[in-house]
Amino acid sequence: MASRPRTLYEKIWDAHVVETREDGTALVYIDRHLVHEVTSPQAFEALRLAGRPVRRPELTLAVPDHNLPTTPRLDAGGRPVPIADPESAAQLAALEANAPAFGIRYIPATAREQGIVHVVGPEQGFSLPGTTIVCGDSHTACHGGLGALAFGIGTSEVEHVLATQTLLLQQSKPMEVRVEGDLGPGVSAKDLILHIIGKIGAAGGSGYVIEYRGRVFEAMTVEERLTVCNMSIEAGARAGLIAPDDVTFAYLKGRPMAPQGAEWDAAVAYWRTLHSDEGAVFAKSVVIDAAQVEPSVTWGTSPEDVVPIGGRVPHPEDFADESKRVAARKSLDYMGLTPGTPMTEVPIENVFIGSCTNSRIEDLRAAAAVLKGRRKADNVRWAIVVPGSGLVKAMAEDEGLDKVFIEAGFEWREPGCSACLGMNPDKVPPGERCASTSNRNFVGRQGPGARTHLVSPAMAAAAAVAGRLADVRQLG
Amino acid sequence: MQPLTSVEGRAIPLGLKNVDTDIIIPAKWLKTISREGLGAGAFESLRAEPGNVFDDPAYKGAPILIAGDNYGCGSSREHAAWAMLDLGIRVVIAPSFSDIHSGNAVKNGILPVVLPQDAVDRLLEVAREGQPITVDLESQTVTTPYQDRFTFDIDPFRKHCLLNGLDEVGLTMARGEAIGGFEAQRAAAQPWLMRGTSI
Ligand code: SF4
Repeated sequence: MASRPRTLYEKIWDAHVVETREDGTALVYIDRHLVHEVTSPQAFEALRLAGRPVRRPELTLAVPDHNLPTTPRLDAGGRPVPIADPESAAQLAALEANAPAFGIRYIPATAREQGIVHVVGPEQGFSLPGTTIVCGDSHTACHGGLGALAFGIGTSEVEHVLATQTLLLQQSKPMEVRVEGDLGPGVSAKDLILHIIGKIGAAGGSGYVIEYRGRVFEAMTVEERLTVCNMSIEAGARAGLIAPDDVTFAYLKGRPMAPQGAEWDAAVAYWRTLHSDEGAVFAKSVVIDAAQVEPSVTWGTSPEDVVPIGGRVPHPEDFADESKRVAARKSLDYMGLTPGTPMTEVPIENVFIGSCTNSRIEDLRAAAAVLKGRRKADNVRWAIVVPGSGLVKAMAEDEGLDKVFIEAGFEWREPGCSACLGMNPDKVPPGERCASTSNRNFVGRQGPGARTHLVSPAMAAAAAVAGRLADVRQLG
Repeated sequence: MQPLTSVEGRAIPLGLKNVDTDIIIPAKWLKTISREGLGAGAFESLRAEPGNVFDDPAYKGAPILIAGDNYGCGSSREHAAWAMLDLGIRVVIAPSFSDIHSGNAVKNGILPVVLPQDAVDRLLEVAREGQPITVDLESQTVTTPYQDRFTFDIDPFRKHCLLNGLDEVGLTMARGEAIGGFEAQRAAAQPWLMRGTSI
């Protein structure tokens, strides 16, 4: 019997439905669960209180990232350095105790494999194509770059997955973002996803799972695909997906938790079926012309507030709807920007290269390529590079990238979420501006009063050199 | 979780769109290992503004919040729902919600009510006058003393859980046999899927 053509999302969904309830809610099986220290303590506590075990401990992987200071983790004698902040230390201690108590594999803060959950999952081969992946963190969408259905969940759902290895879900609608043509020179995956969010809006993907389609994505490395899918949540989508292909398989082969031998071959054969069928219907379709995409930068406090680097700070009056005008006025006030100012005249005092969006080896290579033989401008007070994992850090050091950064005036840090969120010691001071490769420019995200401009790694490097937002293509 | 049937009271007329969960509860408040006491940090950056609606005595203890499009976008932190609950908020009315946050809200006994923008605008007006609003989950209606009456949709399963204060984990654990059957099938057909970290 010929089945109806299905989208990639529908194929993965169908393969995971344990049962469908009368009201349309589905009990969906979860293949992979990532846990970090911030959104898990209350879930473990609830299990403990109810006397519930973890159903499949081997399908969960725990690693701390959000709270950890990015300063050295071992002292001169090789002993772990305690975290100064007592609350952060307590959260870390809770995960350190909870993981083994429930039989879950734990990567300690001092391990080489430690890193940001969304860097660690793909790197270890724990995240695989066609799987359902969840984590108590909205940027779980990231793993969609491998062709997995990956999405963020709340703490009650973390508890639900630990206890039952399933979630009760309503199916989202499939949405296609089709990019036609090729990106111009100096335009990166980050610029593309910022451009897409600017076009469809911060709620443009609400209720949908986005599949990114077009030869641009086929030409991307896995690292670039992870960057794109990572920010799907910033467009309001539940998840983002890119169909797995030979690039994906080459990336995963031989990774510690990836299938091996005959199982690897069987897995690849299955993964090759994971693409949207000819004639599959998307509930919503958006077409983007790649030639229109320029290095992008945000001006406001929502990731939809995107302009090309050659553009200007917008006038609130230019927006069609009143609520957006109100929001724009508020944003500009917070950001300390005057409408009409060219973006390249916006000075910056801080540069952050890191986060689950842009802390993989390719991101560091792109930034280092710009910084090689250059130095940060004097008005740039604080510039840091935070590799996404200990393995990324080691690889970068093998390539000598750490020296390029240090010579350019950057600090070279230990892996973690760092200045992506104002939770650990890495914060942007109030009223100061930061060119950041992270994913959120929300009010107070990088610290109270901090002003964030989202950019790509190459653009962050260019901003560091220029001391203001700058077009990397014009750096000469 | 506390059951929710009907809520009547004043509503905080926030109206703002794209209220992200960093606004609802900033990251520095996430260092807790408990669910309690987060109301102290709720909407901290908005409350730093003089004359903000949260500290207006007219809305003290109001059980309803009215917001703009895309409420609860951003971070998946359930702390946002815990913080709202700690403030006494049991209903949020907005034209749209982020998927993750509305799920978190329901699991904590908070009802997200989706209404069209013009209805939300009208309710903002009523709330600004300090008039009470009634949200009834059984009949899926929002009413005002001016005879406004709006109906809203809600997923029947969510409604059932909210009305009865049900614990989803317990409900699903009762389906253990079906889950076990699914796992056995997978382990036979695609064993690598079940290996995870044990490879
Ligand atoms: S790097 Fe930032 S966005 Fe990514 S998981 Fe950490 S805090 Fe979240």
